[in-house]
Amino acid sequence: MSYEVLGITVLWIFLFGYLIVASIDFGAGFFSYYSAVTGQRHLINNIIERYLSPVWEVTNVFLVFFFVGIVGFFPDTAFYYGTALLVPGSVAIVLLAIRGSYYAFNTYGTNKNNRFYMLLYGASGLLIPASLSTVMTISEGGYIEVDPSGGVTFLYGKLFGSTYSWTVVLLALVSVLYISAMFLSYYADRANDRGAFEVVRKYALAWSGPTILCSLLVFFAIRGHNPVHFDQMKHYAWMFVLSFACFLVAIYFLWTRRRLGVAFVFVMLQFGFAFFGYGAGHMPYVLYPYLTIHDNFTSEPMAIALIAVFILGLLLLIPSLYLLMRLFLFDTKYVQGKRAK
Amino acid sequence: MLLSGYDPVMYSRILTGVTLAFHIIFATIGVGVPLMIALAEWIGIKRGDDHYLLMARRWARGFVITVAVGVVTGTAIGLQLSLLWPTFMRVAGQSIALPLFMETFAFFFEAIFLGIYLYTWERFKKKTTHLLLLIPVVLGSSASACFITIVNAFMNSPAGVTVKDGKIVDISPFGAMLSPAMPTKVSHVLVTAYLTCAFVLAAISAWSLLKGRNHVYYKKALKLTMMSAFVFIIASAVIGDLSGKYLAKYQPEKLAAMEWHFDTSKQAPLVLGGILTDDNEIKYGFKIPFALSILAHGLPNAEVTGLNDIPKDEHPPLYIHYLFDLKMGFVAMMVVIAGAFMLLLYRKRSAAFGNKWMLRGIILAAPLAMMTIEHGWIFSEVGRQPWLLRGIMRTSEGATTSDHVDTMLIVFVLLYVVLGVSAVTVLIRMFRSNRAEDEIAAKGFKGGDEL
Repeated sequence: MSYEVLGITVLWIFLFGYLIVASIDFGAGFFSYYSAVTGQRHLINNIIERYLSPVWEVTNVFLVFFFVGIVGFFPDTAFYYGTALLVPGSVAIVLLAIRGSYYAFNTYGTNKNNRFYMLLYGASGLLIPASLSTVMTISEGGYIEVDPSGGVTFLYGKLFGSTYSWTVVLLALVSVLYISAMFLSYYADRANDRGAFEVVRKYALAWSGPTILCSLLVFFAIRGHNPVHFDQMKHYAWMFVLSFACFLVAIYFLWTRRRLGVAFVFVMLQFGFAFFGYGAGHMPYVLYPYLTIHDNFTSEPMAIALIAVFILGLLLLIPSLYLLMRLFLFDTKYVQGKRAK
Repeated sequence: MLLSGYDPVMYSRILTGVTLAFHIIFATIGVGVPLMIALAEWIGIKRGDDHYLLMARRWARGFVITVAVGVVTGTAIGLQLSLLWPTFMRVAGQSIALPLFMETFAFFFEAIFLGIYLYTWERFKKKTTHLLLLIPVVLGSSASACFITIVNAFMNSPAGVTVKDGKIVDISPFGAMLSPAMPTKVSHVLVTAYLTCAFVLAAISAWSLLKGRNHVYYKKALKLTMMSAFVFIIASAVIGDLSGKYLAKYQPEKLAAMEWHFDTSKQAPLVLGGILTDDNEIKYGFKIPFALSILAHGLPNAEVTGLNDIPKDEHPPLYIHYLFDLKMGFVAMMVVIAGAFMLLLYRKRSAAFGNKWMLRGIILAAPLAMMTIEHGWIFSEVGRQPWLLRGIMRTSEGATTSDHVDTMLIVFVLLYVVLGVSAVTVLIRMFRSNRAEDEIAAKGFKGGDEL
């Protein structure tokens, strides 16, 4: 495997990690607010809080890791995306900032369950995926104009007027709610909290159909927007078929209320196959048609250094992440709220 | 538009400055406070004194709020670097990506263990196990500061790269990390962060004592924090002196501009204050003979390069002289305050914890320390101008060409105002509603009466 393929694979894995953990977090924020409005908050709030409190900061790091990594491996991305994304990027920063801080203010401060904080927290959870997903949209090409002198202009009108960009936003929103509800079903089941489980199970089932529907919409839209990418994705059709099969397995377990841990693993596989199938079809472009992983790769010494540091970093991270999960995810007593803090 | 002409370079500089000025407060707390928490918990376990354990717990509770703001503003500056300085980041990605990448790992490590630490106070049989969980937090946060400062050191004195026709060729990723500015900068940033946090925590205890809440808990906290502050301020002074020697050797233009030193000469005096006339004569300034030569090279007879020997278009702005003098003024006041406390502690103990002026001085030291951090940082960044990467890229070449930087500036200023006000309100409420002496009484904590 060449360094550039290794580099982009590592980054893609971390982005996938962010997709999963951030979706759980964003969706939980929305459900937390939604359940307060519908008067069911007392049922599901405990499990949401117990899971999110120790891990929210870690979620953010996945994102930081991705954008720092991509500038390191593919320095030209900083120039193109940086110039183009000033406004959408800044909007995403503001939303992330509001969300992260008001979560902490609400959870650790004395003024708990402040409706206004919860609204900020819940609403930002839906707006962030929408704004971040525009980066994916832009990578398909057609939304950036590069003049002969190398100046980059972002075509706002095209982004807001394009069917493709809106289907991606829709898919992002629906997936966030689906992934989150599936995870919370698993967590509530482990906590042996039947009341919470029935509520989040309903959420998960409700969002499962729309997830598949939106995925299909994106397929059609991408065929219209970037036929080259669509043709390449057809080479990886088996991955999308497997993705759908995993979806069916996950829903089957949820429907029959059995093996919810396995169900969530299949949710991850469902998104994993689709995400990597999409990514493989996207190769070799990082930004169609301007940047490819081959022409815009960093120098060899830097690539070797980054990969070496990455491996050392993983040796440190994996045991730490394992410890975190053992203490807060796989520890039945903690999940059931029977541990002193 | 704020002004008639839209200049993305200027707006990018202002916005980056605003973000960093805000972030640096929380970053400093993020680096220093874990060390103080660890000290308190360690003493508490060693002496079997619940007061110190409660101290660690209360500090950690407030710390979490500042961490949240630190994390989100850190994410903001991380993304803003690419959004506002895309050309610079393209070059930085080629040359100095390694420490940036390492920083995310350090941050990752810190985030994981902080989450664990906060939720496992009562979880382990042995108390030391819980303290051990804090060590990765202390190491991770200090390592983060170290790696980010390495990037800044590279901007001040690029190393490990060969420049050909204004482009970087032939990169040594580890060589770039070991730039000449690195040792002094990293140690200065770390020690002053510890110092500032010691003063901030001391000020909180001093505030309670000043309000007549004389519980021994506050005296213990004050003694621990002020003794730490005293140690750190001595360390900062030594490192500050080494920074002067670094500047003389590698960035003579910065040293010359900050001291208004125009003609290269031996036995150079250090000028405090003063104003500059149109023909670069210094008026009303207070001159300390030989002091600049000593600061620059350690010898009163040493030669110090003057600004006249540096091309005019590479001169940093001359107002950094005032920034530096102001900063040194703050440092002098902090030395007096920390010194006075130590003197009282060993000569007249009751006054150290009871004298109103002593306590007021300590409360003043906290904002002074934070302002010194801000001034020192602005001084260092402005003193690098006109360069973004010294000798390679000018600031004007690195900025974005996008529209709307001015609008973004307004958006972010509003964001920081809202975040700042909310964080302070939450922190004040948190400690007002749950005072240490009440918590000690409620939970039946036992601690000794001696300090």
